[in-house]
Amino acid sequence: MIALLMRDLRLATRAGGGFGLALAFFLIVVSLVPFGIGPQGGTLSLIAPGILWVGALLSCLLSLDRIFALDHEDGSLDLIATSPLPLEGVVAIKSLAHWLTTGLPLVLAAPVFGLLLHLPGQAYGTLMLSLLIGTPALSMLGAFGAAVTVGLRRGGLLLSLLVLPLYIPTLIFGAEAVRRSVAGGAIATPLVFQAAITLGVLALVPFAAAGALRINLR
Amino acid sequence: MSIWEYANPTKFMRTSGAVLPWVVTLAVLCCVTGIAWGFLTPEDYRQGSTVKIIFLHVPAALMAINIWLMMLAASLIWLVRRHHVSALAAKAAAPIGAVMTLIALVTGAVWGQPMWGTWWEWDPRLTSFLVLFFFYLGYIALWSAFEDADSAADLTGVLCLVGSVFALLSRYAAFFWNQGLHQGASLSVQSGERMSAVYRYPLYLCMLGFFLLFLALLLIRTRTEIRRRRLAALLARENRT
Amino acid sequence: MNPLVAVQGLAVARGGLRALEGVSFTLSAGQALVLRGPNGIGKTTLLRCLAGLQPVIEGDIAAAPESHAYAGHLDGLKPALTVTENLRFWASVFGQGGVGDAIARMNLGPLAARPAHMLSAGQKRRLGLARLLVTGRPVWLLDEPTVSLDSASVALFADVLRGHLAAGGAAVIATHIDLGLPEAQLLDLAPFRAGPTRRGTRAAGFNEAFA
Repeated sequence: MIALLMRDLRLATRAGGGFGLALAFFLIVVSLVPFGIGPQGGTLSLIAPGILWVGALLSCLLSLDRIFALDHEDGSLDLIATSPLPLEGVVAIKSLAHWLTTGLPLVLAAPVFGLLLHLPGQAYGTLMLSLLIGTPALSMLGAFGAAVTVGLRRGGLLLSLLVLPLYIPTLIFGAEAVRRSVAGGAIATPLVFQAAITLGVLALVPFAAAGALRINLR
Repeated sequence: MSIWEYANPTKFMRTSGAVLPWVVTLAVLCCVTGIAWGFLTPEDYRQGSTVKIIFLHVPAALMAINIWLMMLAASLIWLVRRHHVSALAAKAAAPIGAVMTLIALVTGAVWGQPMWGTWWEWDPRLTSFLVLFFFYLGYIALWSAFEDADSAADLTGVLCLVGSVFALLSRYAAFFWNQGLHQGASLSVQSGERMSAVYRYPLYLCMLGFFLLFLALLLIRTRTEIRRRRLAALLARENRT
Repeated sequence: MNPLVAVQGLAVARGGLRALEGVSFTLSAGQALVLRGPNGIGKTTLLRCLAGLQPVIEGDIAAAPESHAYAGHLDGLKPALTVTENLRFWASVFGQGGVGDAIARMNLGPLAARPAHMLSAGQKRRLGLARLLVTGRPVWLLDEPTVSLDSASVALFADVLRGHLAAGGAAVIATHIDLGLPEAQLLDLAPFRAGPTRRGTRAAGFNEAFA
């Protein structure tokens, strides 16, 4: 298991691994928004929570198809499936690797992007906290989508169509928490709901994803 | 004699072929009478003539949700008991459900314009129907993406399961997110007095009509799917030898 | 002595249709079984079924759990990792230790520090086969193991295989090339080609259920 995690991290950070692409994409999305709606600070800070969350979601989506597709193409997935590792564990580890290379950098970089959008000062902590709670669910649900579409040659678009609706609850609660903290309200309720969704997803989705992988391997 | 015998394609074809004309006739009768009756009802003192769209909107919305539930049940039957007709029935139901959702959304917009002064409002009910529509689209797209019917049936079954949970979650999340303009349930078991009987009886008839319409379309589409699978099986056999 | 693998009345399906049925054989320690048959008869399907990647339609496979190592058409190599890193990964997945022995036996020593994307097709194949040595599993399931190997490498692999058998291992091999293993048993799959679907048997897939 740890070997698999280390390998995925190493592959992601080596040449051609695409590490940092999601972050660059996030940066571009966030900096395109002011071009689209004008540079007025008031408007920007009003929509900053939503833009930051939608941007995080899109940049997470960008690298999802790599979770299983590369291993499927070169035959590693067959070999991993016949190894002593349980496939559910493989799914969990691979989404952890995806989160460490995509979600965690987004969490850490989010305050910088918040500055670009004039996010009010009191909301930075909530932004990071809600991303920290929410992004693991994004990676795990993405792994499910990737497992369902792994056998398809052009599965990327279908993957987005399948996964984005699954992201809606996390997005709603995450952006709501940031919005409330901008308005100075209590943030506990949305964060608790979000945490509940993440925990539920982490506990149950590996089984669905492993089932989908088995179907695609046969 | 058990219900599982209809999982046999031949048996299903024979029985469904026999009941289909009756179902179609009844569906047409109920829909035409229900909608005509609904159209002749008096105008509501508050909503005026726009209230009459209820006879399309409510049955379509009802079917949109129930068709997804039927697909969930059919997918579970397929995943647990491996009855092929069940998987095909779920596949056949999806486009009908998507169209019902679309009808509910469009009629809702047409109704919302005079009532709320806007075609679209990010109201929790509307939003959860939109999300349901996305799930229908994803399900249909996944079915059509796979060449191999066995993988497609299994994977769409799993997607239907996961999607059901998240459609429900999205619904509650949407209520949390926005309290909404939409009126409460039009009909409910406890307080049947929300709507006067003048509207209620034609509405019941329309609901029955829409259900029969769904049943007729489902049978026709499932029969088509079975024929398509038979054709594919013949071709597969042909190509192997 | 107990057989490592005992297959009884096995039926396997491809594309929703039975490809083979009634396949039976046993394999004891030290034995190799070579699967023969024309293209498309189902050799790969049979191997994937033995490996547990595909469902068994009928019959059963008796084998100790986690006793097999599968090597398919693809080697499962990561181009960005070196030869040693690739092998070390598989060794730790299978809970084994060093990879030096496998590298030496497949003659990969001079290439050990080279990234896999700089290997030739034959060298990649050798690395893929060296992976079998680090699994520590007794039953090797090999699908065309000698593709893109030169004759020297084929002989090298035959030696490795013989060593594996002598150490109490076994192998099921789908190949058209003579590996120079006279002691291997041959199993011609042509007689097991599945006939028309019989009534009352469990459908292998949609194509059988709607026949």
